[in-house]
Amino acid sequence: MNIGDWLFKNLTRLFAVLVLAIVALMAWEMIRGSGASIGEFGWGFLTSSEWDPVQDLYGALPFIYGTVVSSLIALAIALPLSLGSAIFLSEIAPRWIEGPVAFMVELLAAIPSIVYGLWGMFVLVPWLRASVEPVISKNLGFIPLFRGAPYGFGMLAAGIILAIMILPIITSISRDVLRAIPGTQREAALALGATKWESTRIILASGKSGFLGATLLGLGRAVGETMAVTMVIGNRPEISLSLFDPGYSMASVIANEFAEATTEMYTSALIEIALVLFVVTLVLNAFARFIVWSVTKTSGGSR
Amino acid sequence: MTDAGRGHRWRKFKNAAMLSLAGLAVLAAVVPLFMIFFYTLSRGIGSVNLDFFTQMPKPVGESGGGMANALAGSGILVGLGCLFGLPVGVMAGIYLAEFGQNRFGMVVRFMTDVMSGIPSIVVGVVAYILVVLPMGHFSALAGGVALALLMIPTVTRTTEEMLKLVPDSYREAALALGVQQWKASVRVILPAAMKGITTGLLLAIARAAGETAPLLFTALGNRFWSTDIGQPIASLTVIIFDYAKAPFEDWNRQAWAAAFVLIGLIFVVNLLFRYFTRDKYGRA
Repeated sequence: MNIGDWLFKNLTRLFAVLVLAIVALMAWEMIRGSGASIGEFGWGFLTSSEWDPVQDLYGALPFIYGTVVSSLIALAIALPLSLGSAIFLSEIAPRWIEGPVAFMVELLAAIPSIVYGLWGMFVLVPWLRASVEPVISKNLGFIPLFRGAPYGFGMLAAGIILAIMILPIITSISRDVLRAIPGTQREAALALGATKWESTRIILASGKSGFLGATLLGLGRAVGETMAVTMVIGNRPEISLSLFDPGYSMASVIANEFAEATTEMYTSALIEIALVLFVVTLVLNAFARFIVWSVTKTSGGSR
Repeated sequence: MTDAGRGHRWRKFKNAAMLSLAGLAVLAAVVPLFMIFFYTLSRGIGSVNLDFFTQMPKPVGESGGGMANALAGSGILVGLGCLFGLPVGVMAGIYLAEFGQNRFGMVVRFMTDVMSGIPSIVVGVVAYILVVLPMGHFSALAGGVALALLMIPTVTRTTEEMLKLVPDSYREAALALGVQQWKASVRVILPAAMKGITTGLLLAIARAAGETAPLLFTALGNRFWSTDIGQPIASLTVIIFDYAKAPFEDWNRQAWAAAFVLIGLIFVVNLLFRYFTRDKYGRA
């Protein structure tokens, strides 16, 4: 190999190594930065709901609760819609519909989080407060989930916004999964006299693990989503069963309090929350990518 | 009616019902898009005027003014992000496309995919530790680093994908002429993929321009005109956040205007991307 080729290969390789190094550096810096908080609170950090900057006591439970609940609401709404959309796009729609509609779903992913937040604050929240939550609590108020004053700002609003935001990724990965299933399976089912839906069900069964991957990717997005959630969740560090009540999420507390964290322990506690988010999303994404890769057998895009 | 006939009818009914449900799901998925477009358009467009682009924010209580500093700030932040992020992403992408058919390439590919799923707020925290802490204060530089870290995975994978779209025959033709491998890559393959890469980069840049969370405690924000990368700097997205929370109607109005500008930018870039990659990539 001549010198030019050697240089070219190793120079580009250097940058590829750099990408790996960056991920490692991120982990390392956050572990170091949260050292004080980890040393002080240990595992109790994750189970305590005391968040008191004045006394320098920190427990992340209310934020973990808020993140988990809002993400679960989002999944509950987004999953059926995304699967339905993916089925429609890849199995039913003619090409001239498929293209533009798929583009619109992708555009949904391109809208910045802050714009979702703005829309959520000024359109979704007032609507929930005035029209949706009173009606639900009147009719289903006997269920603790739907009890309480209709604030508008709260878990439900956060869940709905998140659902809209994770819909595109679940849809597009599910589409890739469906597309990777050989056409012969559909033809075989149809040839046996199955209806379109019956053949689709067979296809769905063989795409199961792929859909799981898509769902986990969506979950990873929901867990880390910041601005839109911060603007509609109400930002109150309380654990309340009602979905109408304000809550707080891990990402939101970092967004709201990091710049104003006064003590070293305060900053360290917030960094520890970031570290937890980092680890959770890393594991979710690694697991999900692994599944999706093995199902679609192509390297896919970095969606 | 026979049992078979009833069963058949039931199956046909179920078929129609489920297929329409799928159609409804798409409808429900696309409705929010139109609602968001509609609201940003109707509430934002009235406030997008010359002042918006050329004036500075007015003090609290006075209405009017614009976002000149935030526009410049966003430009500087995204510029810094490109400066740090693009070389890394593009070079790593070239490596993956040219030499990445091995285990190491798979690992890098996997990690970039995983990295693209790391929440932007976490990236902001890292940029804070890496830049703000050593400098002792918030700065545009820190914001730029955060944006760069966010751009790297997208840029890497886009570059790789666009390079792979170039037919092998190009390379073979160059090599057959006795050109060295690296020259074939740099002078033949790269230029052939340039259009796709550029639009892909534009997409990554537009996405970076829409980021808010990683800027909150890196670039922070600034009510005044500043182009000093060592100092806190305003940005379009952070100002939307501040103005949306503020109890002043005039600020809320301007937040919508800024959102409109942002959405417009992103929409145009996405259309461009689709247009330039339509025959090779868009339908894939």
